[in-house]
Amino acid sequence: MRRVYMDYQAARPVDDRVLKSMEPYATGFFGNPSSLHMLGQEAREAVEDSRLKVARLIGAAKPQEIIFTSGGTESNNLALKGVAARSLEKGNQIVTTAIEHISMINISKYLEKQGFQVSRIPVDHHGTVDVEKLRGAINEKTILVSVMYANGEIGTLEPIREIGEVCEEKGVPLHVDAVAAAGQVPIDVLKENIDLLSLSSNDMYGPKGVGALYVAEGVRLMPLLQGGGQERGLRSGSENVPGIVGMGKAAELAQAEMADEAERLTRLRDRLIKGVLETVPSSFLNGHPVLRLPNNANLRFSYVEGESLLLSLDMEGIAASSGSACTSKTLEPSHVLTAIGLLHEQAHGSLLFSLGKGNTEDDVEYVLEVLPGIVRRLRTISPLTPRELLA
Amino acid sequence: MSLYSQKVMEHFRNPRNMGEIPDADGVGTVGNPLCGDMMTVYIKVKGDVIEDVKFKTFGCGAAIATSSMITELAKGKAIQEALRLTRKDVVEGLGGLPPIKLHCSVLAVDGLSEAVYEYYKRRNLPIPKELEERHERTRREFEHIERRYEEFLRLEKELMGTPEQDG
Repeated sequence: MRRVYMDYQAARPVDDRVLKSMEPYATGFFGNPSSLHMLGQEAREAVEDSRLKVARLIGAAKPQEIIFTSGGTESNNLALKGVAARSLEKGNQIVTTAIEHISMINISKYLEKQGFQVSRIPVDHHGTVDVEKLRGAINEKTILVSVMYANGEIGTLEPIREIGEVCEEKGVPLHVDAVAAAGQVPIDVLKENIDLLSLSSNDMYGPKGVGALYVAEGVRLMPLLQGGGQERGLRSGSENVPGIVGMGKAAELAQAEMADEAERLTRLRDRLIKGVLETVPSSFLNGHPVLRLPNNANLRFSYVEGESLLLSLDMEGIAASSGSACTSKTLEPSHVLTAIGLLHEQAHGSLLFSLGKGNTEDDVEYVLEVLPGIVRRLRTISPLTPRELLA
Repeated sequence: MSLYSQKVMEHFRNPRNMGEIPDADGVGTVGNPLCGDMMTVYIKVKGDVIEDVKFKTFGCGAAIATSSMITELAKGKAIQEALRLTRKDVVEGLGGLPPIKLHCSVLAVDGLSEAVYEYYKRRNLPIPKELEERHERTRREFEHIERRYEEFLRLEKELMGTPEQDG
């Protein structure tokens, strides 16, 4: 059976070149970067080289502004809890959005329980954050604004530059969760006035279990972990050297290949979206039609449910994902899809195809060949389908 | 996917008794507002035997498979016997369901009993107390779904009416 993987948003394979770069640091150069001897210093050099590469990817002025972590979730925790704990004299309000990644949603809920006030700015039906509402929500008690660079589920790119200007003007630090965006679209923390930025290695074809937080010089954070004081005291624990080396290589490759790959993926994405909307009646695109991640096609099909779509696709060898509650641990539909104004029934019928390096035009054509029949079959089974649609 | 048993997947692939019975003797519609699934069951009764039964379901793989299974279990049974079918019968018939999907078996059992309830009503037959109670409970849940569905159709029309069909 033909197999097509279009779930790059969930997990990515490690690039062969990345894996090759890591190997020596798992075996030969296994030293601890804190050791004074040569083996330790060789590891130190590799970690610093990676720091430089990650800094370059996001336009950071100084490599020491990059703190390596265990991944996007930890970076988000360090940013929010770290700022919150250091800003107690200044205030207790955090401004964020309704469509952040689940890690951010749960961190801000946790902080609410600790007594912080969280304003969640709504988005329009494309998933774009309302900048004026965001501006209005900032007050003298605001200690941090946190907005994602792009939403991994519906693909929408947020107006980060405008938000950065607002934060600059108001004198409030800006945290950006760039896990879904980094490596796909150019990011410039200086031009965009970003003070903290979360990154994940696997989302750039690096190894899992590694990430980074950009912390602009002058931003004060409380560390999450107490220990040996690695990473400028902000992230104790012996460095995951092979992982960090892999993330550095992944960042370097992403920077070098981003423009071409984004162009290629955008073409595939648009072919997929256009093909589906043309061949499947009552199908819609979720997220912004233009300002969206190059690899993201989130589509919604009326009268059918996402999990049965996924199962049917899987039977044809196609791996995608869904905003459907029925595939997750809870029965609630995705908070992102409800935030853009979809009713539960509509959110349930959404499918996310997230493309990546391995996908070809043939993959897209295969999905377009198989999907209309799947939707039609499930609509035949569904009591919601209007008769006209089946005729 | 190994989430489901082979039996569930087989019923999902080839649902039994899928469709409508235009001249049905009883029709029951049930929905679970939490999961957003919905099922309609049609029965044809001869004597006191469920001679034919069909379903239509909007929902996940488990919802479709449990619908298929309940119709398979009910077909050819006397009404009294069919009403004794439990969610356990459905789950066992399918070789088990993941814990989070167990509620789908409730949907299937409720769908069948609603169809029977409606049959009793149409024929002006005395309704057993237990069936009446089950009906009251499922009706409350269904009213919730119905309100949402009307909202859904209205929004759907709105979206279809605008040139920019991007949701």
